[in-house]
Amino acid sequence: MENKEKYDKVFVESFGINYNDLTEELQYNSIPAWDSVGHMSMIAELEDKFEIMLEMDEIIDFSSYTKGKEILEIHGLKIG
Amino acid sequence: MDNIGCLFNFDNYKNNIALITNDREVTYKELDQLSYEVGMLLDNKSLVLLVCTNTIDSIISYIGIIKSGAKCLLVANTDIESLLEKYKPQYVFSPIEKNINAKVIKEFGSYIACKTNFDVDYEINNELAILLTTSGSTGSPKFVRLSYNNIVSNTTSISEYLKIKSSDRAITTMPMNYTYGLSIINTHLANGASLILTDESLMSKIFWSLIKEKKATNFGGVPYTYEMLKKLRFERVNLPDLKYITQAGGKLNKKLVLDFYEVCSKKNIKFYVMYGQTEATSRMSYLPLESLPEKAGSIGIAIPDGKFLIKDDKGCEIEDIDVRGELVYIGNNVSYGYSQSYHDLKEGDKNYGCLHTGDLATKDADDYFYIVGRKNRFIKVYGNRVNLDEFEHIITSYGYECVCTGEDDKLNIFLTDNTIEKLFLFNKLMKDTGLNKSAFNLVYIDSIPRSDSGKIIYYKLDSGE
Repeated sequence: MENKEKYDKVFVESFGINYNDLTEELQYNSIPAWDSVGHMSMIAELEDKFEIMLEMDEIIDFSSYTKGKEILEIHGLKIG
Repeated sequence: MDNIGCLFNFDNYKNNIALITNDREVTYKELDQLSYEVGMLLDNKSLVLLVCTNTIDSIISYIGIIKSGAKCLLVANTDIESLLEKYKPQYVFSPIEKNINAKVIKEFGSYIACKTNFDVDYEINNELAILLTTSGSTGSPKFVRLSYNNIVSNTTSISEYLKIKSSDRAITTMPMNYTYGLSIINTHLANGASLILTDESLMSKIFWSLIKEKKATNFGGVPYTYEMLKKLRFERVNLPDLKYITQAGGKLNKKLVLDFYEVCSKKNIKFYVMYGQTEATSRMSYLPLESLPEKAGSIGIAIPDGKFLIKDDKGCEIEDIDVRGELVYIGNNVSYGYSQSYHDLKEGDKNYGCLHTGDLATKDADDYFYIVGRKNRFIKVYGNRVNLDEFEHIITSYGYECVCTGEDDKLNIFLTDNTIEKLFLFNKLMKDTGLNKSAFNLVYIDSIPRSDSGKIIYYKLDSGE
């Protein structure tokens, strides 16, 4: 599976949203499902799917759907 | 009343720093003066509704109110309209931006003191000090009535077993109106120690820069805080000033207790597991440091001046080890009872120092206690108190036959109709209950197990984990 596909799937499944909700506006606390609890399960899912381990600063910085792509790029994953 | 004056008599440590924020420090001398100025506005027989935040002005208000002899209703910074109607307080203290519909009598820092228009003369018990919600039940008018003696007793016991010193510096991690958050404030102010005040969460960069720059020596957390800390790789964070951390507010699973015990041992941080309820002012027990790792999973022993008993259904004490019964606590920190409106504020002590916790427990041969379940059907989900019967009722109202069981942060939903899609149900529930679906666990069953008399046999339900 392509990185972008994997990345999107994690968001859709973690937050119970649709693919067309995946926009720049999708941010931490912008929807009820993306609260701190949702954040942690989404991060765990990403780490699992991409077999990476994020640092604390990265987990806290992961403030939006778009920002997350930049963070994964640091780990050598081009999301597109 | 006089004894609370002693508890918060700051004369012996006037020049110590009491409160710290990112851009300000307040000494005890200043806190004393500022809180006096607030307290002198008040009629000492009055009720004050305090909208709590972790800020300097909120603490000044709290100390000012209780040292003046007025009674303090502590609430979260949310909708207070219905509470105003139920309690008709003479005064409201709140952040300026709250826009209270009442006459402003003083502005101090980021807070205002207002006099309300309620013209009701109701009696208030002399010994009443503060009113606190039972955690998580937001919007509910049900409050716990705590006396001056309750606060003094619990603050003294906690200070003793945690050995709180004036060099301690706690950083706030919980709301001030939550019993555990308030007990950290009380114990530090009663010992000339410092409080680093912030409403930022563990998910915020600001929180982590404050904890480092202001050199926090301790903080407290509920189980959910510890789950977050674990996921945030607490073991890899370097905090050389941190001396101890405390945990209460629900049962932390044994694995996490052991994880944190191990991490903290390596970092030379003391890790205290504790147990309490708002109904007991705050704390009832703690796990002595030397009893870990052997006693992991235990809530430990009663705090100084407190005592635990386990009672069977008939109210008789169970002396045997490993036999479950209701955990009963006896101590001077047991609240006077509940209140639902201002009518109840005249009431005296209804508990007589004895609290039936509603938790089922056992004890071991060394008299250490273990929580094994709940007597009623309440669990805590990420800090929210959830009644499983009510939760079941919500799902039934969708037209699905179901049974719910659970433990803290895990809610098992047993459905007899396996055509109902998981994601669909979870999203619907999340919308209707405000709970995050990470806590939900769905199991399809053929039928609901029932006894001959039709009662649900909960232990026959297998949650699969």
